[in-house]
Amino acid sequence: MQEYKALHEAILSGDAKTAREVTERALGASADPLRLVNELMIPAMDEVGRRFECNEYFVPELLISARAMKSALELIRPLLLARGDQPAGRVAIGTVKGDLHDIGKNLVAAMLEGGGFEVIDLGVNVSPEQFVAAVKEKNANVVAMSALLTTTMPSMKTTIEALKQAGVRDRVKVLIGGAPITQKYAEEIGADGYSDNAPSAVGLAKKHLGIEA
Amino acid sequence: MNPLLAQLLSRAPVLTDGAWGTELQARGLKPGDFPDGWNLTHPERVAEVARAYVEAGSRIILTNTFGANRIRLGDHGLAGRAAEINRRGVQISVQAAGDAAIVFASMGPTGKMLLTGEVTRDDLHAAFAEQAQALAEGGARGLVIETMSDLEEAKSALAAAQPTGLPVVVCMVFDAGRDKDRTMTGATPEQVAGELTQAGADVIGANCGVGIDRYVPVCQRLSAATDRPIWIKANAGLPTWVDGRIVYITTPEEFAGHVPALVQAGARFVGGCCGTNPAFIRAIRSVTGVTEGSR
Repeated sequence: MQEYKALHEAILSGDAKTAREVTERALGASADPLRLVNELMIPAMDEVGRRFECNEYFVPELLISARAMKSALELIRPLLLARGDQPAGRVAIGTVKGDLHDIGKNLVAAMLEGGGFEVIDLGVNVSPEQFVAAVKEKNANVVAMSALLTTTMPSMKTTIEALKQAGVRDRVKVLIGGAPITQKYAEEIGADGYSDNAPSAVGLAKKHLGIEA
Repeated sequence: MNPLLAQLLSRAPVLTDGAWGTELQARGLKPGDFPDGWNLTHPERVAEVARAYVEAGSRIILTNTFGANRIRLGDHGLAGRAAEINRRGVQISVQAAGDAAIVFASMGPTGKMLLTGEVTRDDLHAAFAEQAQALAEGGARGLVIETMSDLEEAKSALAAAQPTGLPVVVCMVFDAGRDKDRTMTGATPEQVAGELTQAGADVIGANCGVGIDRYVPVCQRLSAATDRPIWIKANAGLPTWVDGRIVYITTPEEFAGHVPALVQAGARFVGGCCGTNPAFIRAIRSVTGVTEGSR
């Protein structure tokens, strides 16, 4: 895999064009797509997360790295699916009802995708019923909710109650985040986890699904 | 310096106002509903909030126009009414202020990011120019570009606001990074102060954020990096969940207790953001030296 190290570098620096080119070259030379993901791409995103923690990277760097990751994954994912490799998990993500803010939600979605998850983006102003439907009909095993406003955060609680009502609460892990959200609030409403930033949402999702980070 | 600012700052620090959204909710705005539309549908309720701040002692009050740029209004089917909502918002505050306070008009972010290509620089400029123009027509004496996370968007708003000739305050949110002293895009207080000074902001500051105590060092660093007066409106901490209700645990007295340190750090305009209300403004009034409006 060392000959494709440039893929790792391209993701770290957010160079989508190079990421795609190296991936094409690697696949053309019959490199194992799963090894590209596990040995080069996911470690690159882990490093992006580490740099974020260390104040070396901020949101712009996260975004361009996630975009580079995505451009390479678009080539690889069909191959993985064709041979029956499952994604790390299937996440239904959305900004809760009444709330139209999507910057944080989009960032988390991009990072989760980069972390090997299949992401079903439900958009903004997502009703509890829409989250329930994504779990029932699309078999999501993670529900990720975002809220920017103190006035809309109660919709998270309502959604968790709706999941219970629908009898699917046990099938999913519920993760929440957003400016006014705290760990205490997550515990209070019975969410499984909370993250205060996008990169650590990936580790959180993996932890709750029992996947080794 | 702009003559109005010079006049305000001849007696400083100047007391500004507190949060509006939560005050409107206390008057019936449904959670998640869009406050700015109330300028047209419930002007009397909006006026009550403005009057509450004037009565609490604010020398500058803002307007219910934070989200009234056409990009954000478009999410609520109101893009075509941007000018009207902004003009009306200023008129409501001006009437409430009377001779007791001065009205600076609020301009918030679009909620879309340049970085992801969701909006272009031209989109931003057009939306902010339209809003600034309407606010000026409505009778605002200054413009406050606030709660900005991306310095590029803030500078776009500033450039769009400058042709009005009104003094322009530009405030960023510092809530990112390990020490919560960076903007979302990673800018330090020094970078923010440097670039906004260069771009010609009349007043530079910080609002929202993670609590007033965190803004003391931010204020100090902004102040050290510019010759412009500093404007600080901090949150009452982060909200917490008590008995099924969302509450801010910082009390008005605790909040006001941090104000002398902020003033010491260079703040020339002080007020509050999310979680604050007229009681917080009354509490700040008792801090030595803070100048209030003539109610």
